Amino acid sequence: MRYLPHTQEDIADMLKTIGVDSLNDLFTTIPEDCRRKTDLKLPKAKTEWELNHHMSGLAAQMAVCPDYTVFIGAGSYDHYIPEVVKQLLSRSEFYTAYTPYQPEMSQGTLQAIYEYQTLTTRLLGLDVANASMYDGASSLAEALLMSIRITRRKKVAISRLIHPLYRQVVRTYFAPTGFEVVELPVSDSGQTDMTGLEDMETFACVAVQSPNYFGCIENLAAFEEKIHSDSKTLFIVSFTEPLAYGVLKNPGSLGADIACGEGQSLGIPRSFGGPGLGMFAAKKGYMRNMPGRLVGQTLDIEGKRGFVLTLSTREQHIRREKATSNICSNQGLCATAAAMYMATLGGTGIRKLAALNHDKAAYLQGLLKNAGFEIPFDTPVFNEFVVKFPKDFKKTYTNLLSKKIVPGLSLTPDYPEFPDHYLLCATETMDKADMDLLVKEVTS
Amino acid sequence: MKEGVGTTGLILNEPFLWEKGKKGRMGFSLPNNDVPSSPLVAELLGEGPDFPDLSEVDVVRHYTRLSTWNFGVDSGMYPLGSCTMKYNPKTNERQASLPGLAQAHPLLPTELAQGALKIMFDLQEHLAEITGLPAVSLQPAAGAQGELTGMLLFYAFHMMNKERRTKILIPDTAHGTNPASAALCGFRSVPVASNAQGVLAPDDVEALMDEDTAGIMVTNPNTLGLFEEHIKQISEIVHTKGGLVYADGANMNAVMGMVNMADLGVDVLHLNLHKTFSTPHGGGGPGSGPVCVTKKLEPFLPVPRVMHVKNRYELSYDFPESIGKVHAFYGNFGIQIRAYSYILSMGDQLKTASQLAVLNANYLKESLRDIFHLPYDKPCMHECVFTDKHQQAFKVSTLDIAKRLIDYGFHPPTIYFPLVVQGALMMEPTETESKENLDDFIEALRQIVQEAKDNPELLLQAPIKTKVRRLDETMAARKPCLAG
Repeated sequence: MRYLPHTQEDIADMLKTIGVDSLNDLFTTIPEDCRRKTDLKLPKAKTEWELNHHMSGLAAQMAVCPDYTVFIGAGSYDHYIPEVVKQLLSRSEFYTAYTPYQPEMSQGTLQAIYEYQTLTTRLLGLDVANASMYDGASSLAEALLMSIRITRRKKVAISRLIHPLYRQVVRTYFAPTGFEVVELPVSDSGQTDMTGLEDMETFACVAVQSPNYFGCIENLAAFEEKIHSDSKTLFIVSFTEPLAYGVLKNPGSLGADIACGEGQSLGIPRSFGGPGLGMFAAKKGYMRNMPGRLVGQTLDIEGKRGFVLTLSTREQHIRREKATSNICSNQGLCATAAAMYMATLGGTGIRKLAALNHDKAAYLQGLLKNAGFEIPFDTPVFNEFVVKFPKDFKKTYTNLLSKKIVPGLSLTPDYPEFPDHYLLCATETMDKADMDLLVKEVTS
Repeated sequence: MKEGVGTTGLILNEPFLWEKGKKGRMGFSLPNNDVPSSPLVAELLGEGPDFPDLSEVDVVRHYTRLSTWNFGVDSGMYPLGSCTMKYNPKTNERQASLPGLAQAHPLLPTELAQGALKIMFDLQEHLAEITGLPAVSLQPAAGAQGELTGMLLFYAFHMMNKERRTKILIPDTAHGTNPASAALCGFRSVPVASNAQGVLAPDDVEALMDEDTAGIMVTNPNTLGLFEEHIKQISEIVHTKGGLVYADGANMNAVMGMVNMADLGVDVLHLNLHKTFSTPHGGGGPGSGPVCVTKKLEPFLPVPRVMHVKNRYELSYDFPESIGKVHAFYGNFGIQIRAYSYILSMGDQLKTASQLAVLNANYLKESLRDIFHLPYDKPCMHECVFTDKHQQAFKVSTLDIAKRLIDYGFHPPTIYFPLVVQGALMMEPTETESKENLDDFIEALRQIVQEAKDNPELLLQAPIKTKVRRLDETMAARKPCLAG
């Protein structure tokens, strides 16, 4: 096997040094009754070429562009990824390194993450960002737990328009804790209805997503005012599409205490849902309550600038059960990809690209509206939007799949109160012709 | 004497991204707009982020230079204990980047995602075969999330029996993530000391285990690199009191094909695909931490589960006792592909990999025992733990030895862990290092030990060949500067 360098001669020499007769004799500390009785039943080892053939065959069973036109967003978005990002990320000095425990030989990773943290604070309008969490869902769960630690309150409020799968993760994380999760309903405008929210002083935080799961942009300024009517309650903004902040006001400028969400849009392939990037940023005052790794700037003994993992007294390897989180491995390479992507776009590029994304979805939304379909929410959207199709649309949906078009995602399984409602997405990768074709197909 | 690999060369400085570039540049090929522009209302518009404007060349030079300040498994030997820094096969990268897999949307109708679902299903089957535990969830995104998932399973299991157990036994050799993960589920950790032989004694477990204790979290082989030889008896003790046994599988690389975790009485085990199954660690992640469980705990696994029904792969949420979800989608699928690719490339030679990993570790142990203090003198598994006891006379410590190894061109071992060993040097060579590499590493350590006697200043000043020298970590923590 080409990954195993030992010759029979090497093995014999090494066994002699150790003073045992066979490889099996190395395992004498495993008691006889603990030894495995049967051989591993695994497929016969494939050559590199057999593996390529096998994997290409499996990949060919997947519906992806350019064969298929997929109008699903819902927390995983199709964006062009510059070749530069792919090539630079393939530098194996980056991808075959461990967590930078020895900073003198990890400055590449450390500066890259420090820059990622910096660009993230600028994108989200907050003071400090961590080196990443697993995904948008666990970022949110950790943010809610953080607000409970800070306020010592036992109740959180989260919008029903936060990604339904994120809310499921929150429920899982919260199950053994005894903390209460209150869900804020959906208003007629497709935004979070906060009118019923009272006794703010009992809530550790209120969390909303913007743009929300329906693509609608939330009125964060109004939320902020109400939430901060109690000085301790934290305002958490979740997101699935950070590119939106290329044109929209960012969470920090609207008074968010914590912004957390999914960064897959920033140069990371969808890869059937992972690995993505949990982004996490907060106001400076909450720095020591944050979960996750942090890279900080410092000096070496000669006074040269360098970087280290810092504030580790928050972390599990020092604080053990009193840590701010149990996270150890994060999504470091994805954070590096996101920084590379943000660097290729730059301030000028991200504005233009975000505007283009907005235009594409707005075009498709307008087209469907003109074709007579109901657009139930009259609220500005980014990248995706809800449309109500006729009752018999299920048949059309199936029919379109056979024509290699995936016309969005049904909202009904997660929102039974919205039958026949679908969530459609169009980013910069969607051509006008494909959108025109979709509308032609659904109207025919 | 042979010339070592550590040398110096031209290293290029590189400023911050935002110190480069000029307003108006762009490193991105902006698509043409083929639809009418549709302005947003003014009150929603922000200023946009203050990002530097860079050309494509600016970005390429920047990251290429940064990469040369780094050291990876591709650069050289990386014997970081408990981290299993084995070679990351290149073919795995090819498979994960196949457009059909890399571009796939996670919410595609399942009939349009059969390839990805087959990979997940087959990988689950293979991990079940390797561990001996029949049911697997690939959802946890890293080892620590696997631990959390395991603890949530403990919680759910006991709640089904109408029990809210509040304690969990955790050996003093455990990873720091274990108590932190248990705490997230409201379990108070009760430390169990390992005995003079570096393993858990059944009597000690028996004395602590009671009906208010949810179970035990064991790392086996443990972080001293020793097999927990009383594991069967310990499992029995825990089970008798209604508890469950969690095994941290971070060290699975020692025992593939050698033990069956179910036979040892393990109820839940997490694996680190980024350790045992060769996926790259990415300078901090992404990893992947599948959990493998007994039939008894299967109903509680995260949803959706990948099912194979009538020649079709499906995702099923129909498990009412499930703990729910720990990841928005199905975990780090891109990492799962790499582990699948590795297992298909290795086949039953995974057992050989474990044997050679143990061979390499014992070879290091025997070759270094005359120069370093060996706190537990018995055959080790895939890693061995030394201390700096013999070097203290020369006023040099584990940290100095580690830093000097960098000058010699090696990544240092894990240091000062496990905590039960003072001044620990924890070495895990892995099976992909050749005898020559091990011999070079041994020779480097011999020279360093000699330097400690003759000229300890060389160690105290180390590293001297790196782009930066020792860094002021106290300053970093006292005056945190986390963004530029």
